[in-house]
Amino acid sequence: MSAHISLIDRLRRNRVIREHGGSVALSLPTVIFLLILFAVPVVQLMLLSFQSGTFEHYEKAFTDELYVTVLLNTFEIALLVTVISFFLAYPLAYFLIVAQPLWRNIGMFCLLMPFWTSILVRTYAWMAILGRRGIINEALLSLGIIDAPLSLLYNTSSVLIGMVHVLMPYMVFPLYAVMRRVDPNLMQAAYGLGAPNWRAFLRVYFPMTMPGVLAGASLVFILSMGFFITPVLLGGGRVTMIAVLIEQFVTELLDWEFAGALSMALLTFTLVVYSIFKRLMKSERNLA
Amino acid sequence: MSEWLKNTPKRKHNWGKIALGVYCTLVLTFLMLPLLVVFPISFSSARYLQFPPPGFSLQWYENYLNTPSWISATITSLQVGVGTTLLATTLGTMVAFSLVRGTYPGKAWVDRLVAAPIVVPNIIIAVAIYGLFAELKLIGSWYGVMAGHTVYAIPFVVLVVSAALRNFDVSQEHAAMGLGASRLRAIWTVTLPQIKPAIISGAFLAFITSFDELIIALFLSGSNMTLPKKMFENIISEIDPTISAVSVLQIIMVGIVLLLSQRLGAGVSPIKS
Repeated sequence: MSAHISLIDRLRRNRVIREHGGSVALSLPTVIFLLILFAVPVVQLMLLSFQSGTFEHYEKAFTDELYVTVLLNTFEIALLVTVISFFLAYPLAYFLIVAQPLWRNIGMFCLLMPFWTSILVRTYAWMAILGRRGIINEALLSLGIIDAPLSLLYNTSSVLIGMVHVLMPYMVFPLYAVMRRVDPNLMQAAYGLGAPNWRAFLRVYFPMTMPGVLAGASLVFILSMGFFITPVLLGGGRVTMIAVLIEQFVTELLDWEFAGALSMALLTFTLVVYSIFKRLMKSERNLA
Repeated sequence: MSEWLKNTPKRKHNWGKIALGVYCTLVLTFLMLPLLVVFPISFSSARYLQFPPPGFSLQWYENYLNTPSWISATITSLQVGVGTTLLATTLGTMVAFSLVRGTYPGKAWVDRLVAAPIVVPNIIIAVAIYGLFAELKLIGSWYGVMAGHTVYAIPFVVLVVSAALRNFDVSQEHAAMGLGASRLRAIWTVTLPQIKPAIISGAFLAFITSFDELIIALFLSGSNMTLPKKMFENIISEIDPTISAVSVLQIIMVGIVLLLSQRLGAGVSPIKS
């Protein structure tokens, strides 16, 4: 009997080993691929910044006024994009939840269609709208409201418009997912207990959608920090963000060591925001 | 006044709804505006960017079709996109199996490695691979761009396929094995057909990711431009309405891909319940 059991045990162990071996073998090609083409090159880029054996590149990045301005600018734009996206996305997500099916479908279409459209196409369209001979200027000129075209392009506002347009949907998706799970009876209960609309919203509804707000905000913030296309095209060289600076140091100045230091700063900051978000989500879940 | 409002909460609620409706209509208009603008510009008969267009013409579509550099950029993009799709779908599906089914030391690290390309900013991935490929003299080859895009597309495939695998009932596979099928055969004939929609969705997602990607292509494609890189250079040098024709074609192309993935796969909606 005991011999029988040990035989089964041995068979099971063999199968476990075989299955483990199979799983490891299945992951190996991808792991090797990502190590060679992603992990090692990224680490190498970071290490370049220490090649001189000192922290001189970091000192330069965090004390030189020029670079400090760019870092602060990046942070400020990322924060503004996140806040504006929130104020556009929150009501829209709520609208998609409460609207009649027809309006929900129209809303979804208007949200998803641009989302899947190339960023370049959309950026080009904004240039056509905001440019000197763009739609807004032509319209205002022909209506006689202005005498000379306004310069709406190549400033912080145009970069913000372009970035919010690209990133706002990333805020809507998690909000929508969270709002779908909120029990509408809870709001009715709050009304029933005499809470005015705004109060029921602030004290009951909003806290329940907090996980969606956190997920959306951190996603938008992280993506904003590393943005490149929109600042280059809609900022026209006048609005510099850290990703644009990295590109310039690599392709124009060939200063890989400083580009490595800037990349390190950007990556560290991204990971810090990411881990704060993870921790907040954990405590949210513990509360619930 | 306030008494009257208190006694008619229904009415007050309606005002809130109207305000919400108006606000969201404005937000949706903001979202659709760039797309609505591109279509009329692409059919414009003007020689330069002008709105509203003075007349109808297909000149920018003709210009696109008759310019070799636009066509070769399109071909490169399709080549890179198809290559990325095949490679990322294969690698992503394999590692998704390993992550969902396997238990082995270091699995958490494999999980992190696979998800990392989404978190790490594109510009850093692009510059890092650029450094490697410059040494290997791979700049300007379409398969170099494909390799870069695959790094970026793998996490999307893994996300979609592993979700389907988690929902799949393993006992079906065990039943097949109990009836004498080998493990591989059980997976091939029982599991894979059932998660096929997810794999197809992952493949379409990988294609769109590659077809739209600019930053990695900007560094790696050299003179062998992809379509987004050609568009980028075009926007920087001169605003030529040809790009609006290309834009419309690209919108239609992505629309077709999404429709196909809806029909053949499980869809690629970013909204999960």
